[in-house]
This record gives sequence, structure tokens and C-alpha cells, in this order.
Amino acid sequence: MNRAFRLVRRRALTAVPVLLIVAAGAFLLLEAAPGDAADAYLLSIGGGDPAFVAALREQWGLDGSLSSRLWLYLSALARLDLGWSLAFDRPVRDLVAERLPATLWLMGAATALSFLLGSALGVVAGARPGSLADRLLSAGSLAVYAVPGFWLGLVLIVVFSVRLRWFPTAGIETVASGKAGLARALDIARHLALPVASLSLIYLALFLRMMRAGMAEAWRQDYALAARARGLGRFRIAVRHIARNALLPLVTMLGLQAASMLGGSVVIESVFAIPGFGRLAHEAVAARDAPLLCGIILVSAVMVVAVNLAVDLAYAALDPRVEDGEARA
Amino acid sequence: MSGLAVALSGLSVAHAGAARPALSGIDLAIAAGTRLAVIGESGSGKSTLALALAGLLPDDASVEGRLAWPGLGRAPLAGRDIGFVFQDAGASLNPVLRVGAQVAEVARVHLGLSRRDAAAHARALFRRVRLPDPEAAMRAFPHQLSGGQRQRVAIAAAIAARPRLLIADEPTSALDTIVQARIVSLLDALVREDGMTLVFVTHDIALASGFADRIAVLDGGRLAEEGPAAAVLSAPRASQTARLISGHIGLDTPPLVARAAP
Amino acid sequence: MSVLARLARTPEGAAGLVLLALPVAAALAAPFLFPADPLAIAGPALAPPFSDAAFPLGTDRLGRDVLAGLVHGARASLMVGLAAAFVAVAFGALVGTIAGFSGGLADEALMRLTEAFQTVPGFLLALAFVSVAGGSLPVVVAAIALGAWTGPARLARAEVLSIRGRDYVAAARVAGMRATEIALREVLPNALPPVLALSSVIVANAVLVEAALSFLGLGDPNLITWGSMIAEGRTMLRSAPHLSIVPGLGLVVTVLGVHLLSEGLAEALATRRARA
Repeated sequence: MNRAFRLVRRRALTAVPVLLIVAAGAFLLLEAAPGDAADAYLLSIGGGDPAFVAALREQWGLDGSLSSRLWLYLSALARLDLGWSLAFDRPVRDLVAERLPATLWLMGAATALSFLLGSALGVVAGARPGSLADRLLSAGSLAVYAVPGFWLGLVLIVVFSVRLRWFPTAGIETVASGKAGLARALDIARHLALPVASLSLIYLALFLRMMRAGMAEAWRQDYALAARARGLGRFRIAVRHIARNALLPLVTMLGLQAASMLGGSVVIESVFAIPGFGRLAHEAVAARDAPLLCGIILVSAVMVVAVNLAVDLAYAALDPRVEDGEARA
Repeated sequence: MSGLAVALSGLSVAHAGAARPALSGIDLAIAAGTRLAVIGESGSGKSTLALALAGLLPDDASVEGRLAWPGLGRAPLAGRDIGFVFQDAGASLNPVLRVGAQVAEVARVHLGLSRRDAAAHARALFRRVRLPDPEAAMRAFPHQLSGGQRQRVAIAAAIAARPRLLIADEPTSALDTIVQARIVSLLDALVREDGMTLVFVTHDIALASGFADRIAVLDGGRLAEEGPAAAVLSAPRASQTARLISGHIGLDTPPLVARAAP
Repeated sequence: MSVLARLARTPEGAAGLVLLALPVAAALAAPFLFPADPLAIAGPALAPPFSDAAFPLGTDRLGRDVLAGLVHGARASLMVGLAAAFVAVAFGALVGTIAGFSGGLADEALMRLTEAFQTVPGFLLALAFVSVAGGSLPVVVAAIALGAWTGPARLARAEVLSIRGRDYVAAARVAGMRATEIALREVLPNALPPVLALSSVIVANAVLVEAALSFLGLGDPNLITWGSMIAEGRTMLRSAPHLSIVPGLGLVVTVLGVHLLSEGLAEALATRRARA
């Protein structure tokens, strides 16, 4: 589809300078952190004399000017070389690739749950503004909105793992269980239930409130009155006419909250001991592993850009008014 | 067609929070098959009257008086018995749905047509309202049509369930003059072909005089006068009518003189 | 009627004021109620709540008074939350105003920078900053502000752009006012209110981010905070879950109070506008 292609191209073009800025920022962070790649290499091989280190620096171009080092860093990134982790003594790229799937499952499930349930409950609340269901859902979502996810995770562990023993407390699957296929999928789902609930609840409340507000706004539009004038039922108008329009800002929010949810997964993964991308970030900070942390920051920026691209495409599919060059609401 | 389409007795409407009622004590009988123009300045209550007839007043408006529908013998259903055309066709169409689907939806709901038959019905309606390319229009979104085309779509949606009464609330005032004339003649033709009753709300007395059988003049929420179009225009009884007639600057009126009149 | 009085009349505003009064009073009274260091050992370890009149909420694993920690934690939470929000709003408003005012290449560059900051998760930025600069109170405040200034910046820029085109700014320009003078006297005062309205959300968020940072052990180690208390209690989650749950309730009350207050404020301001 031509329109989709133009949209992708435009988004990709604006993403390039942004990602370059992020990369430059990561480079500055690396420079600010003590030690460089030569030190790291030295550490991994168990030490060496200063002359060897100096030779290594010269060979790797680490003794050059700041700008030449930046160029070196960026060209390494262009080859998808994210550097060497000090703490794990392994390439950052391998670590990230290893840890990413758990986080993608966690975030994907949390996004789906919060978006679907949040918008559905928002339709219920917004179908009749001021009704009992509306007031209960609005008050409840405001309360939920104030609950820190990591604390909620601990409360859920106390209730559902310690007391009721329904769900495991930690990890993404039972270690060395030998499970495969459906049994393994169920095992992972059981492990992810509480983390997904902890991570998604705040976004669920957010989507609910946005959907409700959007529905209330859409009811005041002329096309809602016109739909009534055509004799369409209240339920039909709410679902077919109002909700479609009210959903649009939520789709935009889906892109905006991707970065926030990625940040939230750092804490949630630490609470539930999920060996994911977020926990890797925490480990990098705890070990003062600057190359690893920089790699994580870069990869998350790329992920956020990718999510936003997907969101743009979804938005264009939902709102026919979006043509290329036109900003979305 | 004979008999009364609708009779209003002592109809008063007050919007929540408004200082004075939008309509007070309106007595008006509209005979079936009539083409009635409701004229008045903005704020005269003419739009409120249109909405009250169609049962579209907001929930918080307080209504007194009676609307009787002798021809129907029951309360009318919006969309089924009454078609409504709004001033701003762009805003009255859902921006994210294809216009063909929006018109077909009315036929599906009221005429119980299948998806396929409803689409065919909508296509036929698009031909009737003389959309240039009915086939392409079916798949278009509102923003892809011109103002006049949108109003034609809105009219198609209003008559999709073959209502006996069509209410048009300033359907042309958002359009330029040439398109205005075409929309008015379209409405005129449709009403004539189907024998519908038409209530045409406008502030433009010249537009109204062109095709209305009867004219009702509203002034500050009250009915100033109502009668056959020719009689009202040639010998206005209410001062408001005279003012509306003299305020209209036609091509044949010397502008400065007309403007000097009170 | 003043805005505050109208605020107290809205149900949200009244509830928000009541809820927020708790942590605010605790924060103000902390040095008088519990003059001793809340991090010091005060009694026997793991005294259960409601068992000893000296420790109404019991003691933690090391024998520290939970109530004293809760009260002092309110101080840390509010202090960090307010300071970080202040820094974020001030910095964001500055960047947004400069971008909106200068236009052209400077605007483009600043907006790309803002976008870059929005692309990286704010919490990761905070983690990175703390890991490089070390966990002290000013660093934590700056780290939180680092991920929160982009919203105010974009809003301030949009406001400045819309105000710049209005008549009174053109009039000031015609009257010969200098650009900086116009920016400070005509545009900024009008651009600021919507940006300030955003700040309650930023405060609530900052309180949550601070809690998460100190929960991960990246806060100021010399400061008792609700996040660090939750982390501390986590080791005893099976036997003494209240050690984690109680400080979390402090967070919920505070953040809910801020959200309710901002809803009430929006309503109070809306009714004033409707009346004007």
C-alpha cells in the first residue's frame, strides 16, 4: 500500500537523527564512566603490562581525539557491534539477544491486556456517562493509577503465591522441568501471570480513563446526534460510531507509553526475578557495566522507534484522514 | 396525501442553564405533504423546533406541551419515520466510516435488509441524490468528498428508510450559493417524488420563498405568524416577517436604501 | 471565591486535600515526632505491629521503628518528588520557550533532542545517570528530572508558538519591545499556566520513580525512603509482609492525593472559566 510505504519512509527519516542523538548520548555516558575497552580486555585476560595496554589503545584507535572515538563508536554500531560487557565478559549483543524474548513476552502480554481490557471497560464506562458503572470504574481506575507496579507485584506475591499458592513467585519458567510444547507454554503463562498483572494495571487504568473521556467527547459530536437522528440504537452508536473515534487517541498513547512500559519492566523483572532485558539493565547498573548499559539504552531506543512505527501504521489504518505529511492528533 | 402529519400544541422547550426558553407556547399544525419553511434569525428557536419534532432534544432540556402524530397513530421513530438533514454535513457524518456503509447501516437497521441488499439500496440512493460517481462514493470517506457531495450523502442517509417527514435544518447555509441552489432543488425533487412532508429551516427568506407552500416565522422562541407562502410574503402580518423580508438584500433591491430601513 | 475554596468544594479536590494532608503533616512533623535517626536501631528486631506501644507499627529485621521510617519516608518522598518536578518543569519550560521563540534550526535541534529523550525510557535514563554520578539526593532529583522534562518542553513550545502569533505580541513588537522583553513579559506569563497544570502529574510520577529507584537500591543510602523500606521488607515477605506493604500504602495515599487534587483543580478552574 502506497500510503503505508510513504508513512514508513517519513517516520524512518525522522528517526535517524533521533537515534543518532541517542547514540551520541550513549557515547558520552561511556566516556564519563571509568575505564575503556582496553581496560575491559585487560581485565578479561587477567592483566598485562602498561605498554601492552597502550599498544592496544593505539591499535583500537582509543588514543585518538574525542571526535575520532565517536566516529569509531558509531561505525561499530553500524556493524551492529554493541561493545563488550565488563561484568559478563561477553558481547553486549549476545546478552541483549538472550534476554530480550522474556521482556517482549512480558510487555506484549501487558500491552495487550491493558489495551483490550482498558478500552473495553472504557466503552462500558463511556456508554452512559454518570451511570453507576461509570462512576465505579472511574473511581477505581483513579485509585489503581496511584499504585506503584513493583509494590503491587509484592502484594500479589504475598496473596497469590505465599498465601494461596496459585502462582510461582519468580522466574519465567520452571527450571529444568523438561516441559515442551503446550505444557511449557502453560508453565510460562503461569509464571508471567503476576508480573503481567503488576506491569499492566496502571496502563489499564490509563487506557480506561482515556477511552471514557474520548467516548464522552465523541457523544457530544454532531455525528453522534446525526446517528441518533437516523434512528440507530444507543448500543450500536456507542460501539460502531463512538468507540471507533474514541479509540484513536489510545492508539497514539500506545506508542507514547512503550518507553514508559519498558522502564517499568526493569523493576517488575527485578521483583519477579525474570531473566529479561530490564533485569539486565539493573544488573548492568549494579555492576557499573557502562558498555552494557549503553547497549541496553540504544536497543530500547530502537525498540521504541519500532513500536511507534507500528503504531503509526495502525493509526493510518484506523483513521482514513491520515495522509502522508499530515500529523496525527 | 391528506390529513395532518403533526400537530404541536403549546410546545415550550427550555435548555438547561439558559436564561429564557428556546421555544414558548408554539401551536402549529403541519399538514401531510406540505412543504413548510421555518424562518427566523439565529436564536429564534428554529433549530430547537426542528430537533423537538425529531425527538432529538438533549436529555436535560425541559419540554412542555404536546406533539400529536395523527397520521402515524404512534410516536414516530427517528430515522424510520423522520429523516433529518443537518446544517454541517461534514460533521454529521462519521469521519472514520465509509459513507456507503453509513447510509447502508440505516437501511439495515430500519428496513431489515441484508448487508448486500443494504449496499445496493445505498447505491441506488446515491444515484437518486445525484452523486457524480455513486460507485466511488460508496467507498469514500467523508473527508474525500466536497461539501455539496457530503450533503447529498447526508440526504441519502436521511431518506434511506423512506420516512414520511423530512426535516432539514439549514442544510445549505454551510455551502456556497451555486451548490445551495442545487441542494435545494434536489430536496424539492425528492420530496415531490416521494410525497414526503418537508420542514425546511432557514434564515434565508428568499431561499424559502422559492419552493415552500407555507411559511412559519419564529421570533424569540414564539411563533410570529404562519400561513401560505404567498400570503406571508406579500402581506406580512408580523413585524418580524417584514423585517426579515426587508433585511434580505436581493439583486433587485437598491442596497443602500434597503440597509437604511430599520 | 478563591480557587482553593472552589477546589475544596469539588469532591475530588476535597478528597485529595484530605489524603495529601497525611503525608504533608508527617513530613513536616517528622523531626519533632521522631527526632532520632530513623535508620538507627531502636528496639528488638521484628516486633509485630500493635504489640508494643513504643513501636505502634512494629520494627523491621534490624530493629528499626517502622512508624518512624514511614513518617521520615514521607519527607523524602515529597521532597524528592517536588524538587524533581520543579527542576523538570523549569528546565522543560525554558527549553520549550527557547525552541518556540527562536524557531528555525535551533527549534529543530532542540525538538530532535527532546524526541531523543522521549525515545529512551525515562527510567533507564535515571538508572544510567545514577550509576555514573552515584546515589545522592541531588543526583536522584536530577535523574528523575532527566526523564520528565520533555512533556513540559513540548507543551511550553506549543503554547509559545500559539501565543507568539496573537495580537498583543504583535502590538508589543510594533511598540518596539525587544525580543527577550517580549518573551519574558508577554509570552512566558501566558504560556506558563498550562505547563504548571501538567506539574501535578509530574510530581506524582516523580514520587513513583524515586520509590522505584530506591527500591532497586539506587537512592541516597543515607536517606530512609518508602522505596528502600519496601526493598528492605522484601526479604521478610513470607513472615512479615507488612514491612513491605505499609510503606507502599504511604505511596498510594500520596500519589492518589496528588491525582485527586489535580482533577479537582482542573474542575475548579473549568467552572471559573465557564463563569467568566
